[in-house]
This record gives sequence, C-alpha cells and structure tokens, in this order.
Amino acid sequence: MAVDPLIELRDVNKHYGALHVLQDINLTVGRGEVVVIIGPSGSGKSTLCRTINRLETIESGTILLDGKPLPDEGKELAALRADVGMVFQAFNLFAHKTVLDNVSLAQVKVRKRKKDEADERARELLDRVGLADQAPKYPAQLSGGQQQRVAIARALAMNPKALLFDEPTSALDPEMINEVLEVMRQLAADGMTMVVVTHEMGFARSAANRVVFMADGRIVEDRTPEEFFTAPESERARDFLSKILKH
Amino acid sequence: MYVLTQNFSLYWHGFLGTVQLTVYASILALVLGFVMASFRVAPVGSFRVFGTVWVTVLRNTPLTLLFFAVLLGLPRFGLVLPFQVFAVLALGCYTSAFICEALRSGINTVPKGQGEASRSLGMSFTQTLGSVVLPQAFRSVIPPIGSTLIALAKNSAIAGAFSVTELLGTYKTLSELGYNIIWTFVWIAVGYLIITLSISALFNVLEKRWGITR
Repeated sequence: MAVDPLIELRDVNKHYGALHVLQDINLTVGRGEVVVIIGPSGSGKSTLCRTINRLETIESGTILLDGKPLPDEGKELAALRADVGMVFQAFNLFAHKTVLDNVSLAQVKVRKRKKDEADERARELLDRVGLADQAPKYPAQLSGGQQQRVAIARALAMNPKALLFDEPTSALDPEMINEVLEVMRQLAADGMTMVVVTHEMGFARSAANRVVFMADGRIVEDRTPEEFFTAPESERARDFLSKILKH
Repeated sequence: MYVLTQNFSLYWHGFLGTVQLTVYASILALVLGFVMASFRVAPVGSFRVFGTVWVTVLRNTPLTLLFFAVLLGLPRFGLVLPFQVFAVLALGCYTSAFICEALRSGINTVPKGQGEASRSLGMSFTQTLGSVVLPQAFRSVIPPIGSTLIALAKNSAIAGAFSVTELLGTYKTLSELGYNIIWTFVWIAVGYLIITLSISALFNVLEKRWGITR
C-alpha cells in the first residue's frame, strides 16, 4: 500500500525507566494514508504518536519524514514540526489568545505570513470546521468539541504534510465526539495523511486505510480495518476487541 | 518634629539615594531574573545548570556578605567602580534570584500542553516562551514580584553601611547633631513608606490591568 512513504519508523526503541514502552517499532505511513493506532492503555500508542514530531525522544532506531531523518533540537526540528501538525487530547489551545489568534499565531511567527493574511486563512479554516462565528471568543468560552475543532484548524493553518492525532476525542462528552470525528473524516476524504491514536472504533472502520494494533509496546497487528475487525489474527487483539465492542 | 524641616536637604538626598538604588537595582534584578528564568527552563542542559547555580548561590548568601564580596572583592580583580554602582550590582544580582524563582513559578502555572502545542506548530523555544508561556506566566507573578521589589527597597539600607548615600544612613549625621533619635527614625520610616507604598500602588495597577483579562 505504502508506495510513497511519508513517515517511516525503523526499529524504534524507548524506555521509561524499567518500562520498555516502544519495542522494535517498524511502521510506514504512505502519503495520503490514514493509519489508526488502537490498543489498551499503556500500550505505547500515544508515545509512538509523539515520537513522530519528537515531542518524545527515542533511544534507538530511526524515524524518517519524507525521506529525511528527524533532526535534533533546534531550527531544523522546528521547521519539521511546522510540517507535521498535532492535535492533542487536552486541546492545548493558547488560553490568553482569541480563537482567531490561536489559529493565526504560528502562521505569523513560523510561516512569516502577514497578520491580515494569516487572519484571513484562519477565518477560512474556522469556517471549514464550522466555527466561523466563534473567532473573537477565548478558548475557555467554547465547548470541548469546539475547542478541539479550533485545534484542528490551528494545525491545518500551517499547511502540514501530515497530521498526528493523540486521542483527539478522549476528553470529550459523547455528544461532542461526533462533531470532531466528522471534521477528521472530511480531512481523510480530502487526502490528508493522518496518524490517529483513538478508541473510536467507528472512525477506524469508516475512515482508516490501516489499523495498527499495539499492546505492551509492540505492534501486534497492522492490517486493513475490514480484516482487523472481522478476523483479528492475534489472541491479544481478539481479547481487546471482545472487551470494547461488547457494551 | 523640626528634624525634618531643619535637615530637609539631608533627608532629601538620602531619600533620592534610596530611590535611585531601588530603581536601578530593580531594573537589573528584573532583567537578570528574566534571563535566569529563561535559562532554568531552557532545553539546553548547561543553561539550566547555570541558572540553578546562580539562584542557589545568590539566594542563599546573606546580603551583607554579598555586599562585602562585591565592594571589597571586585576591586581586588582590578574592577573599581563607584560604591553606588557596586551596591546596585549586589542588590540587583541578589534580588534577581528571587525574581527568577517567582517567574519560574509563574511559568509552571501555564499548562505544559500549551508549550507542547506551540512547539508542535514549529515555534522555537524563544517564540514559545515569548508568545505563549510568559504572557500567561506574567499575570500570575505580578503580586510576588511586587513583594520582592518592596523587599529590595528595604534591603537597600545595607548600602548605607558601605558609605553609599541612602535614607537610613542619614540617622548617623542627625544623631551626631543631637536630634531626638525617635523622630529621626520616624521620618526615615516615612521615607521608606513613601517608596514601598508607591511600589505597592504600581503593582496594584498592573494587577488590575493585566491580572486576569478573560
């Protein structure tokens, strides 16, 4: 499937003290591909997602982005991060800035766009996530689902090559989950390369090209959603699915 | 009562001396404290170590000892400056350690995730600190910084022992002239009150203006 690899992880290892949180991870994400990472808590899926833009460092192995290895701290790393958007579980909007400024800040600081140009792009993106009328508000005045959509717009504003989602709906009330998933489905349909750590099996089924199942720091399965959900190969995945699909 | 009116120019010079020491040392302390706080949260290890050593040494040295070290120590290395400049250096460096820690506690009140979000957008450490972290940290550190600067104003009295013109030092002359010591000190205290209450007022305004705008 991955003819044109955008993100490649090769033999990646990481420990948290005695815990071997990532064990010999090999994963390739092709351009335009949507890969969903699922697995039980503590399986290392969030850590894996965060290593891709080096919010977590790794101990051994290589991570390639667009064929180039991840640089160390510094200007190059910043430039790379600008190309890889990230959406967090806790939204992490800038609390002292309006919604509009949240989306335009990095455009001005990093992409060196003019303020009004950045604002225009910000309004466009806010409109795209259905929040055009919320632009002058502060993040604390929005619901969780709205905040997360602003966060997605903020990531998109940088014109990233890929987007990383670290449990984007886990902090949301059930009724708000869908508005965020809808935006993500739209992005997937538009051909954005996405790595999504989630517990939303419905999203995995409908929008993913591949499902990666992780347990205890290893990738246990890496298959199409069809195959994974109907006929998981490993005992571990069967066990996991039986627990979450039956309620 | 006549102490003040008869020796107004002496008091006035002392008062001005204390104001100058306070203003210059405050500026130095704020600048250095800001730099050290940035060092202490920097991604580069050696910067963090430098910041930590700076704070540990200066915060744990008695101020009088620091005055001795600066006023008597530096000239031995060939650095000879007016005593007032030395006093500003000692006071400013000493207070910068406290400013640094106040700022750092403010930085720690900003959720870590916002820093991560900022870096994940490609902003540099300086941009993250300047546009995201410090503007939010600033709001919560206005009161403690006000207290620190008030302490600085009062600590400046130590400079008087090193023959720098300042407010407290005026009592020596006045008591030699035979004035009532109680009234001498009352007027000195009033002088300090004017300075410290002005600092309080300034920080109250800052807090109203910037404290919570949301």
